Amino acid sequence: MLIKSKSPWDDIPSSEITPEDVYMNRREFLGAAAGAAGLATIRPESVEAAIRRRLGGGQEPQVPGEVAMGEPLRDDVTEFRHITTYNNFWEFGADKGDPARNAGSFNPDPWSVRIEGECENPGDYGLEDLIRPSEVEDRIYRFRCVEAWSMVVPWRGIPLRNVIARAAPTNNARYVRFETVFRPEEMPGQKQPLLPWPYVEGLRLDEATNELAMLVTGLYGRDLPNQNGAPLRLIVPWKYGFKSIKSIVKISLVEEMPLNTWQELQPNEYGFFANVNPEVDHPRWSQARERPLPGLRRSRRTELFNGYAEQVGHMYADMDLTRWY
Amino acid sequence: MNVRRQLLLLRIVAWVGAGAPLVWMAYRILLGDGLGADPTQELTHWSGFTAITILLVSLAVTPVRRLTGWNQVQKVRRMLGLWAFFYASVHVFVYAYFDQVLALDFILEDVLERPFTLVGAAAFVLLLPLAITSTRGWIRRLGRNWIRLHWLVYPAAVLGVLHFELGQKADLTGGPVLMAVVLAALLGVRVGHAVRAKSRTGRSASGARASEG
Repeated sequence: MLIKSKSPWDDIPSSEITPEDVYMNRREFLGAAAGAAGLATIRPESVEAAIRRRLGGGQEPQVPGEVAMGEPLRDDVTEFRHITTYNNFWEFGADKGDPARNAGSFNPDPWSVRIEGECENPGDYGLEDLIRPSEVEDRIYRFRCVEAWSMVVPWRGIPLRNVIARAAPTNNARYVRFETVFRPEEMPGQKQPLLPWPYVEGLRLDEATNELAMLVTGLYGRDLPNQNGAPLRLIVPWKYGFKSIKSIVKISLVEEMPLNTWQELQPNEYGFFANVNPEVDHPRWSQARERPLPGLRRSRRTELFNGYAEQVGHMYADMDLTRWY
Repeated sequence: MNVRRQLLLLRIVAWVGAGAPLVWMAYRILLGDGLGADPTQELTHWSGFTAITILLVSLAVTPVRRLTGWNQVQKVRRMLGLWAFFYASVHVFVYAYFDQVLALDFILEDVLERPFTLVGAAAFVLLLPLAITSTRGWIRRLGRNWIRLHWLVYPAAVLGVLHFELGQKADLTGGPVLMAVVLAALLGVRVGHAVRAKSRTGRSASGARASEG
C-alpha cells in the first residue's frame, strides 16, 4: 500500500518501503523533516547507526544524537522485539507479554473507521481511503509510559490533522474522542471486566491538530503488529502512552471533554491531559525519572512534554499542569 | 514412616517449594528470555509476590497444626519465615538499586510521600527484627519475649498484603482478592482460636469455683 511519501515540510522523498537493513537509507528524509519542521527526531546519522546495530547489521559506533531543540539525546532506537513483546494492551490481557501471545488471531483486515459528530463529512471510511490522501511518514519518537519506563520507536503513519481536516469539524467541535474496536471473540482480555470496554481516549482539538500527533499504521517500516494496535493507532509522543489509543474504529468530534477510560477508572491517578511532566507525580511513584528499556535502572531524567516542549508547550501556556494532569 | 523420616520429608518439601521461585528466576535469567524488555519490573513483581505468598504460607502452619494435630509441621515455620524475608530483601534491593538507582533523596521522598511505598517499607522494617532474632541463641535469650516480638509478623503480613493491593493498577480480581481472602482467613482462625481458648479458661475457672463451693 501507500508508502511513496514526502515530508509535508520538504521536497525530499522517502524511499519505497524497504527491508529493514536498508530502511534507514531514508536518512535525508529524516534529516530534512527534523530540520525543516523542528521535529524532535534524532539526528539521522545516529538513527541509522542505532537501527543498524539493533538489527544486527554492522557494528557501527553509536553517535550521540541530537533532538531539534539542541538537547543531547543518547537514546537508542528500541529493538523491534522489545517494542513488540512488551505492551500494555489489555484487550489482549493485563500482562505485558499477553498482547504478543494473544494477538495472533486478531484480524485487522478489512478495517474501517467511523467518523462522526460535529463535522461536515461524517461517514465510514475504509483504512486505505483514510490514509491514501496523506503522505505516509516515518518518524522516530520517544515513547513514555505512565509507569515510568520509556522506549524510542520508529513509527510510520500520517499526521492526525489531515484526517481531522478531511472530517471538517464544525464550530461546535472542541474535542476529539477515539474508541478502540470491541471484539471479545478475537481479544480475550475483553471477555473479562478488566476495563470498561471499549477503551476510550480523547484529545483537545488543538492537540489533535498539532503537527506531532500521528495516526500510526506501522513501525520499523512494517505494518503495525496486532499487539501494537493494528491496523491504526494514535501516537501523541508528549503524552503518557495510555493516551495513544490502539486499534481505532471510531473518531468523534465532540463538544464536551470525553471521559477517557483510565480517568473513568482512577480519576485521582489518571487525568484527561496526561502530559509527560517530571514535576507532576503519579500518586504511587515519582515521574521525575524513567527507565529506558531494555534496561534495569531508572536512570533517565524525564523531560517536560517528553522533550517536545517546543512543539507543544504553547498549548498549555495558561494551564495549571498540576491541576490538569 | 517414623517421625524423623516424616520431618526430613517435610523439610525437603518446604525447601523445594520455597526455593523453586528462585530456581525458576535463575533459569529465566540465564537460559530463558533474559526477562525481556523490563527486567526490573519482572524482578520487582516476582520477588514481592513470592515474599508475601511464602509469608502467608508460614502463617498457615499453626492453623494446620491445630487442625490436623500434626505437630511436626511447626518445625518448618521458621524456615519459611526466613525464605519470605529473603525474597522481601531481594524486592527491596531491586527497588533501591535498580529502580531508585540508590538515590537516597528519591527513596526518602518515595517512602515519605507515597502510602504505597511507605506501607511496603513498614512491612519490611517489621520483618527485620524477626529475621535477626530467628536464631536459637536469640530464641533462648529472649525467652517469653521472643513470642511477643514475633507477634509482629501479623502487622507485617497485613501491611505486605496492603502494599500488594495498593500496587494493583486496576484489576482487583483473581490474585489480589485471593491474597486478601487468605490473609483474612488466617487472621480469622487465630481470633477464633483465641476467643475459644478464653471462653474455655473462663468456663474451667468458674467450674473450679463451683466445685470449691
